[in-house]
Amino acid sequence: MKMIPVETTINGDRTEFLCNSDESLLDVLRDRLGLTGAKEGCGTGDCGACSVTLNGRLVCSCLVLGVEVDGAEVETIEGMADGETLHPLQRIFIEEAALQCGICTPGILIAAKSLLEKNPDPTDTEVRYWLAGNLCRCTGYDKIIKAVQKAAAEMRAA
Amino acid sequence: MALDHQAKRDFKVVGTRVARPDGIDKVTGKAAYGADITAPGMLFGRILRSPHAHARIKSIDVSEAAKAPGVKAVVTSADFATPDDEYYADIRDNCLAREKVLYDGHAVAAVAATSKAAAKAAIRLIKVDYEILPHVTDVDEAMKPDAPVVQEGRALENVPAGMSQNVTSHFEFGHGDLDAGFAKADKIIERTFKTAATHQGYIEPQACMASLGADGRGEVWCCTQGQYMVRANCAEVLGIEASQLRVISSEIGGGFGGKTTTFIEPVALALSRKSGKPVKIVMTREEVLRATGPTVSTSMDIKIGMTNEGRITAARGELRYQGGAFPCGTVEFGAQAAFAAYDLEAVQTLGWNVMTNRPKEIAYRAPGAPTSIYAVESVVDELCQELGLDPLDVRLMNAARKGTLSAYGPTFSEIGLVATLEAAKAHPHYNAPLGPNQGRGLSCGFWFNFGGNTCVSLNINDDGTIGVVEGNPDIGGSRASISMMAAEELGVPYDKVRTVIADTTSLGFNDVTDGSRVTFAVGLATIKAARAAIQEMCKRVAKIWGIDEDAVLWEDGFAKPSGPNAGTHPPMSLAEIAAIAGNTGGPIAGHHEVNADGAGVSFGVHLVDTEVDPETGATKILRYTIFQDAGKAVHPDYVEGQMQGGAVQGIGWALNEEYIYGEDGRLQNAGFLDYRIPVASDLPSIETVILEIPNPGHPYGVRGVGETPIVPPLAAISNAVSRAAGVRMTELPMSPPRLLKAMSA
Repeated sequence: MKMIPVETTINGDRTEFLCNSDESLLDVLRDRLGLTGAKEGCGTGDCGACSVTLNGRLVCSCLVLGVEVDGAEVETIEGMADGETLHPLQRIFIEEAALQCGICTPGILIAAKSLLEKNPDPTDTEVRYWLAGNLCRCTGYDKIIKAVQKAAAEMRAA
Repeated sequence: MALDHQAKRDFKVVGTRVARPDGIDKVTGKAAYGADITAPGMLFGRILRSPHAHARIKSIDVSEAAKAPGVKAVVTSADFATPDDEYYADIRDNCLAREKVLYDGHAVAAVAATSKAAAKAAIRLIKVDYEILPHVTDVDEAMKPDAPVVQEGRALENVPAGMSQNVTSHFEFGHGDLDAGFAKADKIIERTFKTAATHQGYIEPQACMASLGADGRGEVWCCTQGQYMVRANCAEVLGIEASQLRVISSEIGGGFGGKTTTFIEPVALALSRKSGKPVKIVMTREEVLRATGPTVSTSMDIKIGMTNEGRITAARGELRYQGGAFPCGTVEFGAQAAFAAYDLEAVQTLGWNVMTNRPKEIAYRAPGAPTSIYAVESVVDELCQELGLDPLDVRLMNAARKGTLSAYGPTFSEIGLVATLEAAKAHPHYNAPLGPNQGRGLSCGFWFNFGGNTCVSLNINDDGTIGVVEGNPDIGGSRASISMMAAEELGVPYDKVRTVIADTTSLGFNDVTDGSRVTFAVGLATIKAARAAIQEMCKRVAKIWGIDEDAVLWEDGFAKPSGPNAGTHPPMSLAEIAAIAGNTGGPIAGHHEVNADGAGVSFGVHLVDTEVDPETGATKILRYTIFQDAGKAVHPDYVEGQMQGGAVQGIGWALNEEYIYGEDGRLQNAGFLDYRIPVASDLPSIETVILEIPNPGHPYGVRGVGETPIVPPLAAISNAVSRAAGVRMTELPMSPPRLLKAMSA
């Protein structure tokens, strides 16, 4: 099986890679491009740890093929901070202790950022339903919801 | 180890909510977990697993797989050594099956290949000839004398003759005259309960990178709760010297007890030794659910007698726990914990450990306690309902306190149960109004907590900063709390301290991160290591000032002259002392090594409101409040996080999570879609109330907090649902079909 050349943009950088036709975007990111911030918790789209955005849309990268991102724009956790300045969600997740082990954190941050881009002033219920595709086993979600709301308020005020 | 007389009740760092040191790495994706590293020339390992619940392995033919494209090594159990100790032999046989496969998903053989795809293709070429044997997966079925025998000859001597060989051990605890106690009761309730097995559900599957040379020298990088445990297990299973194996713990994506053993590390090492290359193995979620973890499943009888006023006169429990295909000891914890919250004149608990054709049970947060306490707290609640008594008042009337002879033997010292019950009673949640189909439940919870083997080094750097080296993987923020305790003791700011987790070669032995032991035991050792460094600094300063060592006092980060003959020297800061350490005797460090006792038991009380849907049987959690004694909350955010996270795991156990086996003995729900853990939209905010009843066994009064929070939710929710639905529930999980059936019965 010959590998397929793919041209894409990842976190604003033009990127080329070769992958097999059955290889997931998650495997490409992690194994071929060294972007290991997206995690594989299930490989079946149930846990959200591999969340990235594809042309602005929130997706599980384990359910997207590497070849599908040809010509697309992909955003991963590695592109969320601006140099040494953390995104408000990132900074507030630390301040509010919204992570314990941290394995779900990249996916939750990507998902939360995607929510706030669409809905800058969500209710708690809207945050909880938007994040229902991101499993966290450590926190019970309470501090995550509070952190997202605090970041949303700060971003609205900015 | 009494609570220090100079106890620092006026904490400067401890009790604040500082930023964790691993925060930026974890929010930017830089943190390296088990599956996140690569090595030059690395191969990918993949494991072939049994499709049968129970079968004899007649032969394994790996010849085709070995010839497949990209394959560099194939291993079976024949590539492992023969440990003398049965404990390690069981670990070996769970990593790769020897004569029989004992459960659906049991590992049989493994390959290492140049790509994931090649490894996946190659394991399909391994031919295993099985002789299928009868199987058993239910605990009560497995105890019957004619049940299929999972392993022969594993029962301890205390198991009576005539029982199935699957019954491997028996425990009994208690005191007092049961018959007399039950005779005094106005009301006696006896119920049988069943609970399903659940999985720890950590989001990070087991992952490792291993390298082992023909000379027996090797390295393992893996996500684990204990690098020293991995070293010991691998050395025994591979037949190599522990000193030659360096184990590095990666960042760990959740454990909850499930990463206190090894599954893939010995396999990766065997593949590496055979191929001469580093080998990485990452489990799939399906493998995690079929072959790692889970908890016991249980069957339990509880009988409690109570007076009309609410005094418990006698209590008896008989617990049957299956722990999968190998002997397990978890029922002992369950039997000890069952009645721990009560001050009882007559109590007895019996426990039976049973083998079945399921994966080998491993610890999950307070192992054994959530289920037994669920059963006890359900019967207490039903007695309160029947006798028209307030369930909090009844618990207060019967609560264990200082001086109580516990149901499992020891007499309690300072414990926080009464304080947590009183806090619950005073909280507005307890008297808030309820609507139709709603019910309120509560439960006490208990865990022993653990200290254990601990070794810490604390280095005073020449720029006046501090390095702490400890040996316990940080799952939920412990590096922050260890740094905080070092800063507190030394009198320096938190951000002057950096705590790292050592590999197995860089520090003495440490027990695994379990038993809620890290903040307690590693914290204690860190404080003592800081004191050793302080003593050395005072000695250096005494030398400079030309006075007695005893005349130098350490206060708020400074050495000060103290006493009538000390003179009037200006105080010297830690940084000043550190800067000239080379002139006063060399580098300054403190060490402490201890097998810590005095962990201090932990109690909590959970209060929950639920609403049941009479048409679907679905349960909604409306409100949830946790009261728990933390001794001293070093970092309150992370104490709250433990309480909230544990409660939500308990909510999953109560309502959704269960291992479902088919008639064929195969696991039917090996994925997160069908093994459903709670998601954000299932839950309300979880309110927390931290109480601080100092533990006399720790210099700052710290108690472990990690495990107790998973104990009360099972009964609290079952009691709330039973009251809301008007029917007493006696089986977990209370999934919608099960609740609907009970409501329409």
